[in-house]
Amino acid sequence: MKHRYLPMTEQDQKDMLNVIGVSSIEELFSAIPEKVRFTGEYNIKQAKSETSLLKELSRLAAKNVNAQDYASFLGAGVYDHYKPIIVDHVISRSEFYTAYTPYQPEISQGELQAIFEFQTMICELTGMDVANSSMYDGGTSLAEAGTLAAGYTRRKKLLVSSTVHPESQAVVQSYANGQSIETVTIPNTDGVTDIEKLTELIDDQTAAVLVQYPNFYGQVEDLQKMSEIAHANGALFVVSANPLALGVLTPPGALGADITVGDAQPFGIAESFGGPHCGYFAVSKKLMRKVPGRLVGETTDDQGRRGYVLTLQAREQHIRRDKATSNICSNQALTALAASVAMTALGKKGIKEIAYQNIAKTAYARQAFEQAGFKVKFGPAHFNEIVIDCKAPIKEVNKHLLGSGIIGGYDLGLVDEKLANHALIAVTEQRTKEEIDALVQELEAFHA
Amino acid sequence: MHNENQPLIFEMSKAGRVGYSLPELDVPEVDVASILPQPLIRQVDVELPEVAELDIMRHYTALSRRNHGVDSGFYPLGSCTMKYNPKINEAVARFPGFARVHPLQDESTVQGALEVAYDLQEHLAEITGMPAVTLQPAAGAHGEWTALMMIRAFHEANGDTERTKVLVPDSAHGTNPASATVAGFDTVTVKSNDNGLVDLEDLRSKVGSDTAALMLTNPNTLGLFEEDILEMAEIVHGVGGKLYYDGANLNAVMSKARPGDMGFDAVHLNLHKTFTGPHGGGGPGSGPVGVTEELAAFMPKPIIAKKEDRYVLDYDVPQSIGRVKPYYGNFGIYLRAYTYIRTMGPDGLKAVTEYAVLNANYMMRRLEPYFDLPYTQHCKHEFVLSGRRQKKLGVRTLDMAKRLLDFGYHPPTIYFPLNVEEGMMIEPTETESKETLDAFIEAMIQIAKEVEENPEIVQEAPHTTVIGRLDETKAARKPVLRYTKEA
Repeated sequence: MKHRYLPMTEQDQKDMLNVIGVSSIEELFSAIPEKVRFTGEYNIKQAKSETSLLKELSRLAAKNVNAQDYASFLGAGVYDHYKPIIVDHVISRSEFYTAYTPYQPEISQGELQAIFEFQTMICELTGMDVANSSMYDGGTSLAEAGTLAAGYTRRKKLLVSSTVHPESQAVVQSYANGQSIETVTIPNTDGVTDIEKLTELIDDQTAAVLVQYPNFYGQVEDLQKMSEIAHANGALFVVSANPLALGVLTPPGALGADITVGDAQPFGIAESFGGPHCGYFAVSKKLMRKVPGRLVGETTDDQGRRGYVLTLQAREQHIRRDKATSNICSNQALTALAASVAMTALGKKGIKEIAYQNIAKTAYARQAFEQAGFKVKFGPAHFNEIVIDCKAPIKEVNKHLLGSGIIGGYDLGLVDEKLANHALIAVTEQRTKEEIDALVQELEAFHA
Repeated sequence: MHNENQPLIFEMSKAGRVGYSLPELDVPEVDVASILPQPLIRQVDVELPEVAELDIMRHYTALSRRNHGVDSGFYPLGSCTMKYNPKINEAVARFPGFARVHPLQDESTVQGALEVAYDLQEHLAEITGMPAVTLQPAAGAHGEWTALMMIRAFHEANGDTERTKVLVPDSAHGTNPASATVAGFDTVTVKSNDNGLVDLEDLRSKVGSDTAALMLTNPNTLGLFEEDILEMAEIVHGVGGKLYYDGANLNAVMSKARPGDMGFDAVHLNLHKTFTGPHGGGGPGSGPVGVTEELAAFMPKPIIAKKEDRYVLDYDVPQSIGRVKPYYGNFGIYLRAYTYIRTMGPDGLKAVTEYAVLNANYMMRRLEPYFDLPYTQHCKHEFVLSGRRQKKLGVRTLDMAKRLLDFGYHPPTIYFPLNVEEGMMIEPTETESKETLDAFIEAMIQIAKEVEENPEIVQEAPHTTVIGRLDETKAARKPVLRYTKEA
């Protein structure tokens, strides 16, 4: 068969079969018992040419509402942020995206150095000592932080704040089930973790306290107090942080976090219907040898030149097999590269400015909602998300907004019945004053 | 390759330079202290580099030139299926209607994305012979763990709580035993026999009422098809265990044999291997799992389903193991895999496997006179040579791998699987031409001759790379895992 990805000619095939000493390709499959042989062809769609497949798939893509054509106020863990144009140019270089994990350092210095720089940037943002090369996403990073804590403390209970993203909570639960670790949810009051309840629930069997910063409801919580409670009980303190918010927020490392995790999606990574994004995983020094996944370290070659290698691999599955700290094998090198480029473009000044803009634009939205008579729930300590009482089912509200070119906020009634009719509205630096005004006006129009 | 040492981006930083262009701030300024409590307002600057746009591009371009990908040259890394990564996939993944879609949008606004996911599930179900498929796992190891959690839930639902053991052949990938541990099982290793296949006697002696599952890669990591697969299935099923298929080597059997027809109960696929992910320098991947009807009740939720002419996210899965990942898996990667499958069609996928196996056997036979070949039967998509003969002459497989770098090749996987001494695992894939294979073979033959005539040139390799062999002991003993500005 002739295909543009398959270079073998009939003559090649003939010559090769001769060398092998068989008369047909089929003979090479003779080890497969007759009983399990699949004969014939898969019952799947026939091949399409490049042109007609592009046409078909672009028609499918056009069926999806997207943040390029609409003004999006939907966040809840995945955000529409400024993505420097250069990000895509860098990650489109096929020396990066067609490479495997850098097992041969002499011909992988580019990837290794890029990861080393990524690790440094994550340490800078989070205030932690050590960061790994990346994880699948923020949710699984948090889950691995929980299992790391259980292994490290030899305790079997995790306290997870109810203000952690519900889908991350669910992933933590699944991972904990795997290792027979108990999870207990800490209730919240006014959209923040209930410190009194935390004090009641924590005991000498608690491996870690897991919280989110800013939390799922957009609130910035008092980490210091919670880390003190965790440590006083011999538990680790684990923070899932939006790394972009750390441009303006005190880093978790300075507030007592032992492990800081999260998702670097806000840095130049497309929403992409939920993935691939880029988990990050950062720890204090004492946990360095417990970290899951790949780590890149600096060293020198036989001539004393600086270079980079995968290191501390004795933690990993390909060496330790069933004794490894985690089963993770791949990381998210390419999306970590995207995040590195975006963080580099922002730089020391831009990271502050982008974080500030999120706060300022959200503050403006808050005021605009209040002036229009909509109640803003929870306290004033927000980053880029606020909870608005839309006084009507969010599904209907959002349907109306869509007609005006707006993707509405997340329907909080889906996670908490008490929050029916409340939307979690995200206002990033990408939203203009005009778009924010339009959102408020359309909400008013909906009720008119 | 680029021979200048490239400074770290931090070392290029100069106060006052910027590389960004943020949207205009068109709302009134605010005092952050009026919004956030003082202790939570950052006091210390984030030391990110200060670099202009051109310098950033030059930096990453320089790094890319210090990196070898499939587009740079031949990459016969065994077990990793380093085939060509089609460019149409990259174009499709960047359509705004796919890339700029939020996972929490209302179902009615993401029908196109759900259709891709659903149709891919259907295609993978046919390819694997498994009736139900979930796309949620983010990678192969994640898929292994997901499937084991489903198997565990199945046993528990039957009140079968004593099944604590997962059997893994000694030739298995390291992720298999690691995933078993993370899913709460103990691992039992099953020996290989002299033919490189699972030793049935050893398997029989190790199964029992405590067996939860056997994890098997077929063809195995030696590139050999486990001919006794039906007997193995009978042994494991006979004691009430489940059979798990590690799909890392699916490229070897597409259209020739399906895991479902071999008696497997659960399968994971590595879409970044067989279905042109791409590998991305280590990820992101995508590791869908296919299961039998009886295990389907335990799939992670939500399930992407079709109801009449609408695509839906079904959360009503009472026995589900829960979520294994936020949202619906690595959509951007499985969209690429879908594009690839639609590009190839049924006859294309069949040809993929045939050429992958033809290429591997051709290389194996041509290299057989120069290196030890521990298992001589026809291989599938990959084969494993041993460097025993060269080791006797003082040259290790590691040295030969490094010498290959001088010829512009990425070396094979080395020292794996563990049951071959000085192993070199070679997987050419179907997208390589005969000329490329021949050139690589000639390089290998030359290296074999060098080992006999001039071993130093091999022992001291590489000679032409941007950097020499790196001191890994030093890296591990005094770990430097981040840049720190000199005071």
